[in-house]
Amino acid sequence: MAVSVNEAVSTGPGRDHTPSTRRRGGRGRSVLEVALLTVLAVVMLFPVLWMIETSIKENRDVYAIPAKFFDFKVTLDHFKDVFAASGGGRSALSVSFLNSVVVAGVSTALATVLGVPAAWAYSRFSVKAKKDQLFFILSTRFMPPVVVVIPIFLMYRQLGLIDNKLGLILIYTAFNVPFTIWMMKGFVDEVPAEYEDAAMLDGYTRLQAFWKFTLPLLLPGIAATAVFALIFSWNEFVFAIFLTSSDSVRTAPPAIAGLIGGTTVDWGLVAAASVVFALPVLVFAYLVRKHLVAGVTLGAVRR
Amino acid sequence: MAGIEVTTLHKRYPDGTVAVEQVDLSIGDGELFVMLGPSGCGKTTTLRAIAGLERQTSGDIRIGDTLVNDLPPAERDIAMVFQFYALYPHLRTRDNLAFPLRAEGLPKAEVQERVDEAARLMRLGPLLDRRPHRLSGGEQQRVALARALVRRPRAFLMDEPLTNLDAELRADMRTEIKHLQGELGTTMVYVTHDQVEAMSLGHRIAILNKGRVEQIGTPLEVYDRPASLFCAAFIGSPPMNLIEVEVADGKLRSQGGLVLTPPPGLPRDRRLVAGVRPEALEVTEPGAEGSVPARVVSAEWLGDEIIYVVDHGGQRDVRVRMAPTVRFAADAPVGLRHTGGPPPVYDVDTEELVA
Ligand SMILES: Nc1ncnc2c1ncn2[C@@H]1O[C@H](COP(=O)(O)OP(=O)(O)OP(=O)(O)O)[C@@H](O)[C@H]1O
Ligand SMILES: [Mg+2]
Repeated sequence: MAVSVNEAVSTGPGRDHTPSTRRRGGRGRSVLEVALLTVLAVVMLFPVLWMIETSIKENRDVYAIPAKFFDFKVTLDHFKDVFAASGGGRSALSVSFLNSVVVAGVSTALATVLGVPAAWAYSRFSVKAKKDQLFFILSTRFMPPVVVVIPIFLMYRQLGLIDNKLGLILIYTAFNVPFTIWMMKGFVDEVPAEYEDAAMLDGYTRLQAFWKFTLPLLLPGIAATAVFALIFSWNEFVFAIFLTSSDSVRTAPPAIAGLIGGTTVDWGLVAAASVVFALPVLVFAYLVRKHLVAGVTLGAVRR
Repeated sequence: MAGIEVTTLHKRYPDGTVAVEQVDLSIGDGELFVMLGPSGCGKTTTLRAIAGLERQTSGDIRIGDTLVNDLPPAERDIAMVFQFYALYPHLRTRDNLAFPLRAEGLPKAEVQERVDEAARLMRLGPLLDRRPHRLSGGEQQRVALARALVRRPRAFLMDEPLTNLDAELRADMRTEIKHLQGELGTTMVYVTHDQVEAMSLGHRIAILNKGRVEQIGTPLEVYDRPASLFCAAFIGSPPMNLIEVEVADGKLRSQGGLVLTPPPGLPRDRRLVAGVRPEALEVTEPGAEGSVPARVVSAEWLGDEIIYVVDHGGQRDVRVRMAPTVRFAADAPVGLRHTGGPPPVYDVDTEELVA
């Protein structure tokens, strides 16, 4: 696409005299590119589309052979089943969604509250062996959850944190704090320390200066970081499935996974639950997208 | 208002960098004091120590009669203007100015009054409702100055406040700052690495080098008798000619035969260097009285003056400042003679002024 645009611009007023072969070559290339990109997009998005389709199909259409792509009856029964139990009252899935909201929300909030001031301190003050400390902090993220889940399981059993939302909150916070510190240190570095210096000369304490001046400038960065932390906690599966068992504590990922594996699998329900599960993160990322872009490109503050 | 007294200040950063070796300053009440020195000599560090933004490793700082070593910046009652203006980006000019006053908890009416006064002094009227990112560099700097003014602090600290401005604006702001300081009579410590700025602004100048004070004096003293070879090379553009000389027959004689009047009290048996300002030399017709034969290496026409680079057979070419009416072609044979009084003379080994 870009190539053809450039050519069109560069040919300028003499466009009519351009040999037609060349023009056709340019357009041919762009058609090819569009085609390739379309194929790529379809391949990438097909699972998602299929999931959405399945979630609104009736069960017999789900199993239809050949598969029905367009002419099926739309139903929202599966979505109803996600939230309401068959005998009335709340379904186990809806409880797990609520658990996910609580666990992801609280752990993200905790990681932000702990990580942002830490990042500020690492950015502003000279700390002994700062680089080593930061490396150590990051190194806790090197190990995949699968590797540490057994020792953590044993420790949690001693502490009575197994099958306990607090346990999940703590472990997610522990995983998100290093990430928050690293992300936020970059953002704090971008905010000139002179703002705080000036504020301190104006009569504020160091903490007030941080709170009143640096923090507002960090908000885009905090939003971006928190979204990432939230997505991690929301999607996390390994700890969730090892450390929780009862329906009242389980978060959504193991709960949805638990739908698969009986003698019959209600694919419509699985798909509907997955759609519901995917939505909050999308919505949230959409709401903070401006901050996300500003944050990720580190363009938060112009010096 | 108050003077500032800095005694045996020493600052070592935690990473081991010694930014300030030893600095003693005695800044008078109402004085415009300039700290001048090359990049990395510890100017900013000294200033930040005075402001309380950096804790010195040892040494004392007094503002007025108060020993402020352990006072936080907020309690020192001074205002600082940074090279990067540090205006709060989310506040309009008006609120940026009002901020330090609100922090003090002044009543609204007085805040308003003082903001208006500072805005009038710095001519900020039309800018009051803009945010910093919609101000030009010069305007931002004026706001930063006004922000320092509103508090009526005991002293102003300025850390290269004009560096980010273009040359013309810089000259204007220089005049403005000097005028303002004279009007308010508030003590001001002004840091710069620009010697023109230092000379034109300062009541007194301290020249810093590698964390030490090399010389303190009025601009004239510093220009006429630099206290060391470092100062001699630093002040003046083009700088002093440093000419190796020997004492012979009661005269100073350079290798190329240039004769200078010696100052009284010259030590014997030492290698000496005379510091001769470009305007204390003269390019003449070849063979003119009292001149030595020389050759023009190059000439820079600057409009109001010409700087001739002249080779007279000495170790180094010398620079001569002449009126633009006196023209010699490059490579032309000329004469060179000294016209001023006795130049300052330095010891080559200690690099100190000896006479
Ligand atoms: N926070 C710090 N930690 C370690 N070293 C520092 C720190 N700040 C400054 N230095 C070092 O201390 C020395 C003096 O720095 P300072 O900023 O006072 O110089 P300066 O005279 O203001 O220079 P410039 O004209 O470039 O602003 C420099 O070598 C600098 O690298
Ligand atoms: Mg500096």
